[in-house]
Amino acid sequence: MSQSRKKPKKSIATREETEVGLLGAILTKYAGAAGAVIPILQESQEALGCLRPQTIETLALGMGVPASQIYGVVTFYSQFRLMPIGKHLCKVCHGTACHVSGATEVGEAILDQLRVDEGGTTADGRFTVQSVACLGCCSLAPVMMIDEETHGRLTPDRARKLLREV
Amino acid sequence: MLPGAIMHVAGSYHAAGGNREGLIVVVGLGSCGIAAGGQKVRSALIEAIERRALPIQLRETGCVGMCYREVLVDVFDPQGKRFTYGNVTPERVERLATDHFESGRPVREWLVRSSEESLADDSFFAKQKRIVLRNCGIIDPESLAEYRARDGYQALEKALRRMQPEEVIQAVRDSGLRGRGGAGFPTGLKWQFARGAKGEKKYLICNGDEGDPGAFMDRSVLEGDPHTVIEGMLIAAYGIGADEGYLYVRAEYPLAVRRLRKAIADATMAGFLGEHIMGSMLTARGSEFSFQLHVKEGAGAFVCGEETALMASIEGQRGMPRLRPPFPATSGLWGKPTNINNVETYANIPWILLHGPQAFADLGTEKSKGSKVFALAGKIARGGLVEVPMGITIGEVIYEIGGGIKDGRAFKAVQMGGPSGGCIPASLADTMIDYESVTQTGAIMGSGGMVVLDETACMVEIARFFLDFTQKESCGKCTFCRIGTKRMLEILTRITQGQGQEGDIELLYDLADKVKTSSLCGLGQTAPNPVLTTLRYFREEYEAHIREKRCPAHYCRKLLVYRIDSDLCTGCTACARACPTQAISGVVKQPHLIDQARCIQCGSCVAKCRFDAVKTQ
Ligand SMILES: Cc1cc2nc3c(=O)[nH]c(=O)nc-3n(C[C@H](O)[C@H](O)[C@H](O)COP(=O)(O)O)c2cc1C
Ligand code: SF4
Ligand code: SF4
Ligand code: FES
Ligand code: FES
Repeated sequence: MSQSRKKPKKSIATREETEVGLLGAILTKYAGAAGAVIPILQESQEALGCLRPQTIETLALGMGVPASQIYGVVTFYSQFRLMPIGKHLCKVCHGTACHVSGATEVGEAILDQLRVDEGGTTADGRFTVQSVACLGCCSLAPVMMIDEETHGRLTPDRARKLLREV
Repeated sequence: MLPGAIMHVAGSYHAAGGNREGLIVVVGLGSCGIAAGGQKVRSALIEAIERRALPIQLRETGCVGMCYREVLVDVFDPQGKRFTYGNVTPERVERLATDHFESGRPVREWLVRSSEESLADDSFFAKQKRIVLRNCGIIDPESLAEYRARDGYQALEKALRRMQPEEVIQAVRDSGLRGRGGAGFPTGLKWQFARGAKGEKKYLICNGDEGDPGAFMDRSVLEGDPHTVIEGMLIAAYGIGADEGYLYVRAEYPLAVRRLRKAIADATMAGFLGEHIMGSMLTARGSEFSFQLHVKEGAGAFVCGEETALMASIEGQRGMPRLRPPFPATSGLWGKPTNINNVETYANIPWILLHGPQAFADLGTEKSKGSKVFALAGKIARGGLVEVPMGITIGEVIYEIGGGIKDGRAFKAVQMGGPSGGCIPASLADTMIDYESVTQTGAIMGSGGMVVLDETACMVEIARFFLDFTQKESCGKCTFCRIGTKRMLEILTRITQGQGQEGDIELLYDLADKVKTSSLCGLGQTAPNPVLTTLRYFREEYEAHIREKRCPAHYCRKLLVYRIDSDLCTGCTACARACPTQAISGVVKQPHLIDQARCIQCGSCVAKCRFDAVKTQ
């Protein structure tokens, strides 16, 4: 028993170490490059899923700037997340073309089906639903993206079906 | 007569490496081709071709422009004949392979275009003039060889070999090219300022932020012909004397980023980028021109399309605009002289140098020369990417190229210029497309988004939609942009919910004026445009909402009355189960009834009814 209690502790420590190692590698890659804050944050988020306070502290230390400055950048751009997201990311387009082609109804059907609020994550951690402004496939409006895959010409029913199939 | 693009393509069979024997089959894999299932069609093609062991070359291309027909598959035969299939699905591939690939019998009912006969979709191309899009949907964007085969990097060679930097700038001035990012500033003049600015180090930036929601011109060019943009930038850099540049691409365009990175690597390998560009090809001592190009991915902020905010973002800061002057030409990126242009602006440059400024200036109107790319979307029958000569009318684009309105509905208005633009009503369809004429309507030319609206669109709601967007995207620096837009949004929301009051219209005008005049950057200065143009042309819709609590377009839910048509209702009970307030009563298999006193106009019953029995008034 005592052994199994120790184990998770050890693996947490390891995870932190891996994170520091990972961030160290990213920082080294951009060392000396001017204006690298955004690419550093992008790569860190890519690697870790989101930017936790601890991550931001580590990066600030590494870059030699106050953490507040990093927070300023993180909160300005919509791409950055302070909280982890679900297993699948569902981006629903509410750009002009999609809006006039019924994106509101599609969006409502998705939120209703997954029982989640805009920007939220389902209780089982499977889906995060985000609204975005234009995915660049406007002639297929309305459009959504589930992870890397884009789906066009949606109706509320087709959107529900696609989610069930994930 | 065959539209120009076909002619070009017929000649490109050999240029593209056709081997005289087999067919070349090309799948459109732009973002929207992929979204429509292009990869699945490609896999099905591979499988069908391999199973039959046919001598076919399968290739990829970017956006052809006919996005409404995705997935598109082009078949070229060794004689240069072209057959374009639209709405291809994996299921249709089998028949294409047996009939066409194997037996040489094109499947005529699936053809949307062909060099052998005229088809209905030809009218989509008849009035177009493709300069920026000359290679889009024709070449493989990942192949430098194919770009080269269509005069790629010849304009750069011409500039470096035979032109002084001043002559390059003069040529661009003579062409009359104006910035395609929205404001329409003369490009040659901008370059001259940057050239004349004091300083050893100068930067060049390409603005690929494309924030207008509902527009995809720059994405298609970057994905479909990345080398054209790079070549245009190189020529500009030579003209103004810059040795380093950035291509700033929107966060949502991963495919464009990938293709640009590949194009940059290939161009560098071939000596078109880097140190001593085209050195070995030009003279023994090598060219003195060097240029480093970096790709910067945006991180999701509309305001970063504004030039000073974009530069702040490249520098790694919050993307907030700053006061101009100083203009970027004198003090831009890291305080150095900087030239910034839009993707489409640069993509015009190689053509202008190769065909001469006069050929460009011959197109268009007195003050707007050349062509303009538009992304047609919304309620249009043929949505896609088009490029038209300046001076054509809005009506020609919508009816003759776009094929009119979807589902036979009536054309109500077209939204141009996105959140900074406005709605042009159907009655002004004969407005010419040039910077001045469009501005006169209260909209702006913008970067090329054209979202078409039919009679089902509520104009108050459209205005509310854009204000919601700008309000969220305001960087917050200026009080009126930050709070004024929020107040305007509140008023518009209230009107669409049936709580409009007398005086709201006057209040909107008053706020619009204040937001316009006391904002620092273009975002705030133009944010009221969607409200002002809809008030100008559709004031009676505002009044119907406010005074009669009625939405003439039947869009605003809170202003609708829901009724069940007893002839259509089958009594399936789906609506009654969906209604959150139990407003619907009825027995199974009997027509249902809505209690108006309980109905909260949520619309759930309409969405749930499979028999279209719930009607709105
Ligand atoms: C809020 C705002 C957003 C803008 N977004 C873009 C954009 O997405 N793409 C673009 O090329 N220009 C955009 N612009 C215009 C740029 O500031 C700049 O004028 C343009 O890139 C200059 O290029 P051009 O002369 O080739 O048009 C935007 C301006 C504002 C005020
Ligand atoms: S006008 Fe708006 S977006 Fe522009 S600087 Fe001011 S607050 Fe920021
Ligand atoms: S609109 Fe909503 S509240 Fe009204 S009857 Fe239909 S489901 Fe019920
Ligand atoms: S508006 Fe939805 S993809 Fe462009
Ligand atoms: S993206 Fe395929 S035709 Fe436009």
